[in-house]
Amino acid sequence: MSFERTQEKLKILADAAKYDVSCASSGSKRSNASKGLGDATGMGICHSYTEDGRCVSLLKILLTNYCIFDCAYCVTRKSNDIKRAAFQVQEVVDLTINFYRRNYIEGLFLSSGIFKSADYTMERLVAVAKKLRLEENFNGYIHLKSIPGASDELMKEAGLYADRLSVNIEIPTREGLKLLAPEKNREDFIKPMVKVKNEIIQYQSEKKIIKSTPKFAPAGQSTQMIIGASGESDQQIMWTSNYFYKKFNLKRVYYSGYIPISYDSRLPQIGTDVPMLRENRLYQTDWLMRFYGFEVHEILNNDHQNLDLDVDPKLGWALRNMEHFPVDVNKADQLMLARIPGLGMKSVYKIIQARQFRKLNWDHLKRMGVALNRAKYFLVCDSRDFERRDLTGPQLKSIILQNTTSKYQKILSPQLNLFE
Amino acid sequence: MLVSEEHTLIYDGTFDGFLTGVFDVYELKLQTVIFQRPESVQESLFGNTLEITTDLNKADRVWKGIKSKTSARGSSRLYAAFLSGQWQVEALLLDYIQLAFESALLIDSDFSNETVLKISQIAKSVGREKHRMEAFVRFRLTNDGIYFATIEPDFDVLPLISKHFKNRYADQKWIIYDMKRGYGLYYDLDKVEVMQLSLPEGFDATKTKSDYFIASELEFQTLWQDYFESTNIASRKNMKLNVQHVPKRYWKYLSEKLR
Ligand code: SF4
Repeated sequence: MSFERTQEKLKILADAAKYDVSCASSGSKRSNASKGLGDATGMGICHSYTEDGRCVSLLKILLTNYCIFDCAYCVTRKSNDIKRAAFQVQEVVDLTINFYRRNYIEGLFLSSGIFKSADYTMERLVAVAKKLRLEENFNGYIHLKSIPGASDELMKEAGLYADRLSVNIEIPTREGLKLLAPEKNREDFIKPMVKVKNEIIQYQSEKKIIKSTPKFAPAGQSTQMIIGASGESDQQIMWTSNYFYKKFNLKRVYYSGYIPISYDSRLPQIGTDVPMLRENRLYQTDWLMRFYGFEVHEILNNDHQNLDLDVDPKLGWALRNMEHFPVDVNKADQLMLARIPGLGMKSVYKIIQARQFRKLNWDHLKRMGVALNRAKYFLVCDSRDFERRDLTGPQLKSIILQNTTSKYQKILSPQLNLFE
Repeated sequence: MLVSEEHTLIYDGTFDGFLTGVFDVYELKLQTVIFQRPESVQESLFGNTLEITTDLNKADRVWKGIKSKTSARGSSRLYAAFLSGQWQVEALLLDYIQLAFESALLIDSDFSNETVLKISQIAKSVGREKHRMEAFVRFRLTNDGIYFATIEPDFDVLPLISKHFKNRYADQKWIIYDMKRGYGLYYDLDKVEVMQLSLPEGFDATKTKSDYFIASELEFQTLWQDYFESTNIASRKNMKLNVQHVPKRYWKYLSEKLR
């Protein structure tokens, strides 16, 4: 491996890959049974953090940033005047192994610009994963990008070696895609996703009968959408997300605030702020859908197409649906407890456990570490003391905002606690 | 009736030594005891001093007893809290053990009890550092073909991270060395052993000299530093969050922070 050449390639191809925000390295079950290298059974470790506070867990690079497409929102697009580079398959294998052995990373996240054709590109991504698994006996985490339009055979092979596969749909709406990436069509994204989904289902049913069935993408599939590049509404984003979760059994959808990289008049101009707060609100909504029992249309619908920026989506929902409150913490079921603003799932479980022993009052709740500054307006407990004023949503909102101004500063950080 | 008398138990600072001490407390029906490690022995004017001789048999019996009176989580919490080496943690541990032995119920989740709460808090910070070390260990390949890492954790976490590294790096020899406590773990492709190194005069663990490390070691560090810089998105910078995740006291041995 020639150091200088590898160094230059790595700079170019890591820089081009950084816009993919997924960094998950958990959810696989690949153990090191044969005394080889690596183990991906655990939770996934962040080995470091970038200056922007994101987890560094995987070696995240493109195989190449040569691309025959010209998607407006992408730095790698054909018409962009940038340095291009391409790794050899073996170079990526060597880098991964050497980084892994030094405990820098949990594994590899390999994506690529599309050179020559979808299959030609996918073939090389698969070759890297295959070499790592079969020649290096590597059991660390591998995330491969599914190249839109890649053949079913290649996707099947990819799933045998990778822990996770992802296709980024990037633009949430058909119209947006037409505008910004006219050469691409949605079917090309969906095809590899369908194949992988079906293979996973088949693997799971076969495994019940034959224990030794080779693993297939044990950490599942994910996708990413760019936020704020095509004028889409939050409703469009989250309904699309919901559709993909349900239809393709996705493990995760990532939302990535668009980082201006071009003077193209179809896009926000360079210098425009990255919509980080909006991105955060979308993640919160995503959590409400996946863990809090909310249906997407409860939070976003034709009457309410965009999330509030000044309050989190759960509080926003509560303020629009005051008829459900106050909730009695000593009686309400788990789903309703989970809807109390300010209450995280941890607190919900604590309440359910603790109330088996005694009726809970404010003191109990406080001692258990339940954050009450917002929740107190929405619940009653074993006490005569509760919010008696019959406040309307907007009145209550202004009271809450006045009391929590400083807290809202924190929301500008990208990875804050989702529900403080 | 026994006169309540204070006893100072001097033990060797190992977990087995401590458990032996617990055994003796029960056997000799001691009432008030203070555990001391040899390096921190203070002359006490009152009471008696007892030297504990570590006895694996006794230790084992006590540990089995503890395990039968606590949940798996409870006993691993006790061990983690012990490794904190915190001032007078032994008294808390003894308290916990006595509580567990006396109670008919498992006490591990009775957080309204102060001892239980404290032990779980200490164990939690030790656990946090265990995870940090699993993330922040940085190996460098020595001329002898051993992947070598140095750490200076706040707590004595080596015993807790051993298994993780053994599973993960089953096909390479490695050493993780605690510079603060002067001992390390050595994996020889077969088993992990505790070891002590006599480090060469003037050895600076933060430097990667070719006297000790293979020629390409610095290149890999450079590639890693480059990668680290390239993967950053300047328009999203948030240093406060960064320092929160990777406190500065750990930066010394993190190759990506050395620039
Ligand atoms: S095909 Fe992929 S890499 Fe190529 S320009 Fe479009 S988004 Fe970028």
